[in-house]
Amino acid sequence: MTSSSPSRGKWSGWLLVSPLVLVLVPFFVLPIVIVLVASFLESDGFGGLIRTFTLANYGGLLSSKLTLALYLETVKFAALTWFFSLIIGFFVAYFLAFHVRNQLLAIGLFLLCTVPFWTSNIIRMISWIPLLGKEGLINTALIKTGLIGQPLEFLLFSGFAVVVAYVHQLTIFMIVPIFNSMARIDRRLLEAAVDAGTSRFDVLRLVVVPLTKSGIALGSIFVISIVMGDFFVVKVMSGGGTASVVGAFYEDIGVLQYPAAAASAVLLTLVLSALVLLILRSVDIRREIAQ
Amino acid sequence: MSLGPGHIELAGVSKSYDGQTTAVDAINLKITDGAYCCLLGPSGCGKTTILRMIAGHEEPTTGEILIGGEDVVGLPPVARRTAMMFQSYALFPHLSVRDNIAFPLRVRGRSKMDRHAAADAMIEKVRLGELADRLPAQLSGGQQQRVALARAAITEPRVLLLDEPLSALDEQLRVQMRQELRRMQRELGITFVHVTHTQLEAIALADLVVVMDKGVIRQAGAARDIYAAPRDRYVAEFLGGQNVFSGKVQRVNGVSVTLAAPELRAIAVPLGSARPDAGDTIDVAVRRDDIVLLRPGVPLADGLSSLSARVLGVEYQGNFVKVMLDALGPSEFVAYVPERDFFRDPHQIGDVVVAAWQADRARLLA
Repeated sequence: MTSSSPSRGKWSGWLLVSPLVLVLVPFFVLPIVIVLVASFLESDGFGGLIRTFTLANYGGLLSSKLTLALYLETVKFAALTWFFSLIIGFFVAYFLAFHVRNQLLAIGLFLLCTVPFWTSNIIRMISWIPLLGKEGLINTALIKTGLIGQPLEFLLFSGFAVVVAYVHQLTIFMIVPIFNSMARIDRRLLEAAVDAGTSRFDVLRLVVVPLTKSGIALGSIFVISIVMGDFFVVKVMSGGGTASVVGAFYEDIGVLQYPAAAASAVLLTLVLSALVLLILRSVDIRREIAQ
Repeated sequence: MSLGPGHIELAGVSKSYDGQTTAVDAINLKITDGAYCCLLGPSGCGKTTILRMIAGHEEPTTGEILIGGEDVVGLPPVARRTAMMFQSYALFPHLSVRDNIAFPLRVRGRSKMDRHAAADAMIEKVRLGELADRLPAQLSGGQQQRVALARAAITEPRVLLLDEPLSALDEQLRVQMRQELRRMQRELGITFVHVTHTQLEAIALADLVVVMDKGVIRQAGAARDIYAAPRDRYVAEFLGGQNVFSGKVQRVNGVSVTLAAPELRAIAVPLGSARPDAGDTIDVAVRRDDIVLLRPGVPLADGLSSLSARVLGVEYQGNFVKVMLDALGPSEFVAYVPERDFFRDPHQIGDVVVAAWQADRARLLA
């Protein structure tokens, strides 16, 4: 019996991970491998792939000035969205975690945060038009109160509108992990800080923020990777005037240049992985979650 | 008259969280500067609320709190110059021992060098030398307690407030840290107010023991007075070491009352300051170590009260033997017999004995 138990242990181990493997291999690993392979092949120009190895797809991508410009543009949106969703998300989570004593009310307010997700993304995008448009609610109100004479053009179909839409859409991804970290902070720590003579701001800076680092890191990963991997919001909210990394290779796909699109996708995956690694290096998420 | 900086006075302090029930009910209490005071009572008796009101983490609904002669109600903890050591310590998990201890100085804007020097001096004082760079999670319970104590003491407060400081420790460590607390209090020379539900802790540490129940003070005084001369049944039972029984007053003469109860023969109890009338029901306490167990038939000396009982149980405690008797029916009646006396003529369970005590050792309770 002693000889059979290690092998049985090995088998039960495989059996335990098999459901995850069955999902991950066909739906995650395989597509990535296919994209990776395609990125090294030539296109026949009609959506077909020619089986000759080439680095031309990467060569073209990396030598093009457009690539850098696209990345800069997308990183700018990611950074702005990250910043605003972090600030808003942090304080909403703080309010929910520390000021709402009634748990039922906290759950209700949480649900309120998810209201934007009750409608489809497209309807949400369209809904911005009556609010931010030239004759939209905000412009009309500002003109009626006499604050401005001309409608503000930058409100809709602009970089501003893109960031507003992203922040609106993604702040919940900041709120949830940050709230989760905050909920685990012992209330007595805050009291101990006040007892030591700490100002309200310093309680935030020296106690709450350091203890919420893992939540901030998780939320940042969500927000940054979603913005970097999205093109729809940029396309709609900028009025088509602004391109994005994903938007560019989506167009490659539209003209059946699959290998070029694949190379762009691989590059984006690498850039994003590097960003995520960078965030994970600053916070040991695994340790903090295990606590 | 000048009061010391750490003199605390509570005058008519009440606290109600919901406007209906009172957690603390019109408390008056004076703690002299440099005293070690223990607030003793079961959970929910209001002792922690009092501590938090002195600390400035709660405000009284009515009443005044004076520290060093000035009313501190409404002031934040810093302005009161109090420091609190929290239950389970509330150490900052992301800061090292040194940074935890230096934290109060950091938020006061002291330079890094300055505060680290002060923290290191404090670390020496609480004997944590080699652990300065560890995180709280890497420390034992006793070490965490020292860090908490050091963090509270580093601002040189005039009052240090301790909320159940020893409850998270195991028995052996508790006794050790108890001495440590007392040593620190003497070294710092400031007022300590210590909340506990363990009577042993309170009487071992405190200059002033305050026994609380349901938001009121039942008795406040020196540890020995509280233990040896409890004012009422509650205090006697909470502190332990007493047999408490009730009886009806039969006769009152100038110096003693004669008491009758169904379980016992008439016994005499000296009158204290109480003035009971014949027919009143009163409580009487007799210390468990004042009780002598005799064999039936042995003639009693003068001045002894006695009752006969059967032995229910015997527990060896090392330096004495705890003998449980059925003298009072369902309520406990216990004799603490010195070990050597017991084993000279051991009693077995079921033996009939005469429990006797010097009549003048019994106390009338309020």
